Amino acid sequence: MTADAASAPTRWQQAVIERIEAQTPRVVSVFLRVPLGPRVAGQHVDVRLTAPDGYQAERSYSIASAPGTEDIELAVERLDDGEVSPFFHEVARPGDTIEIRGPIGGHFVWRAADGGPILLIAGGSGVVPLMSIVRDWSTTARTTPVLLAYSARTWEELVFRDELIDIEARQPSFTFIATTTRGPKHRPQDLDRRLDRSQLRELLTRWGRAVRDTYVCGSNAFVEAVTTSLVLETGSPASIRTERYGGKD
Amino acid sequence: MATRGFFGRRPSDEVARRLPPGQYRTDDFPVLAKGPTPQVDRATWRFTINDGPRPLASWSWAEFEALPQTTWRGDIHCVTKWSKLDTIWSGVSIDDLLQAAAITPPSAYLLAESHDDYDTNLPVADLVGGKAMIATRFAGMPLEAEHGGPARLLVPHLYFWKSAKWVKGLRFTPRDEAGFWEQRGYHMYGDPWREQRYTNDP
Repeated sequence: MTADAASAPTRWQQAVIERIEAQTPRVVSVFLRVPLGPRVAGQHVDVRLTAPDGYQAERSYSIASAPGTEDIELAVERLDDGEVSPFFHEVARPGDTIEIRGPIGGHFVWRAADGGPILLIAGGSGVVPLMSIVRDWSTTARTTPVLLAYSARTWEELVFRDELIDIEARQPSFTFIATTTRGPKHRPQDLDRRLDRSQLRELLTRWGRAVRDTYVCGSNAFVEAVTTSLVLETGSPASIRTERYGGKD
Repeated sequence: MATRGFFGRRPSDEVARRLPPGQYRTDDFPVLAKGPTPQVDRATWRFTINDGPRPLASWSWAEFEALPQTTWRGDIHCVTKWSKLDTIWSGVSIDDLLQAAAITPPSAYLLAESHDDYDTNLPVADLVGGKAMIATRFAGMPLEAEHGGPARLLVPHLYFWKSAKWVKGLRFTPRDEAGFWEQRGYHMYGDPWREQRYTNDP
């Protein structure tokens, strides 16, 4: 291998699992020790697992931790018919080694220099790259207004819920709205229905900021519905970045 | 080195032969895009071939639909690792487009350009000789907006980000100029069989 290839940011590296923590009934955080190069909030890594017969499976996972942390945190949703996600839920344990390459991605990213106000909209496990942005923002740009509207089926399925509530309590520029589509809301400001156009209009009116950049991440159906509403409300599709989860696991 | 406790789900030999390295088969049709799905009206749609800033030829939807139609059946591969087998696309081949406009490619590279300001770079050699089309139908039905309708480029031998959705034209460029993803960490050529996903992949 040449020196150039060795220093390329996308070569496969060994990553040691430091710990695995349950976040919700269907999501675990996997903390990995791996010497990634400089990264930006919102990026992802490729993960590669190898079977004893040499067969390999690759998947992409968004990074939940902020840039600059020593470990990286991935949050992996268990998909029952998945090939890779059940490994992280049932088999993997601290000390295991997997292969990683990255960080990857130069579009669904936020840097402190990008400023705001920032509108973040997450559906389900789509919160993961947005969590990286929130964590980065909370240490680098705390005066920039941020609204995170995060939709999940129930209160229990909101990944990083307690941390988000804690950040909101400490940071006056951060607004967190939980919307639960199949369970009751738990706080007066939250919503207990799907994020449709009128809900989004009400949220944006209540927030009262002129949005500079919008990041929407979730299933394709969620992202389509939200961005269609946002484009109708704001008329500025160019300021909306999307990331859509597709395929199986 | 094997990953402790991982056995995986190896596909059948027939499927495995058709999957480039690092890909897995999916039966659904995932959607990836950099932003909202643009609503493109067939009534005002135009497809234009440019040489740099200079238009060479342009078609309305009706004119485009009157061009010779081509159907292609085969497998597509997304850089996000899913592959979809036996897809069926119809539209106008790039060969037929160039012939209809009597265009001899003025350079060896071009950018495919889309209504959402997306673009992606391709060697002309990868679009001619029956290798690519402007697709307007998927599985016999008008192409849905979220999959790039009314029309998208189809270059199935390269990763699917090269098959620009909501395509509005092709622009010949004097050199191989990086497009949207190619400026953001993705490979300039994108051959799935050589796993050319990211900038530094060989």
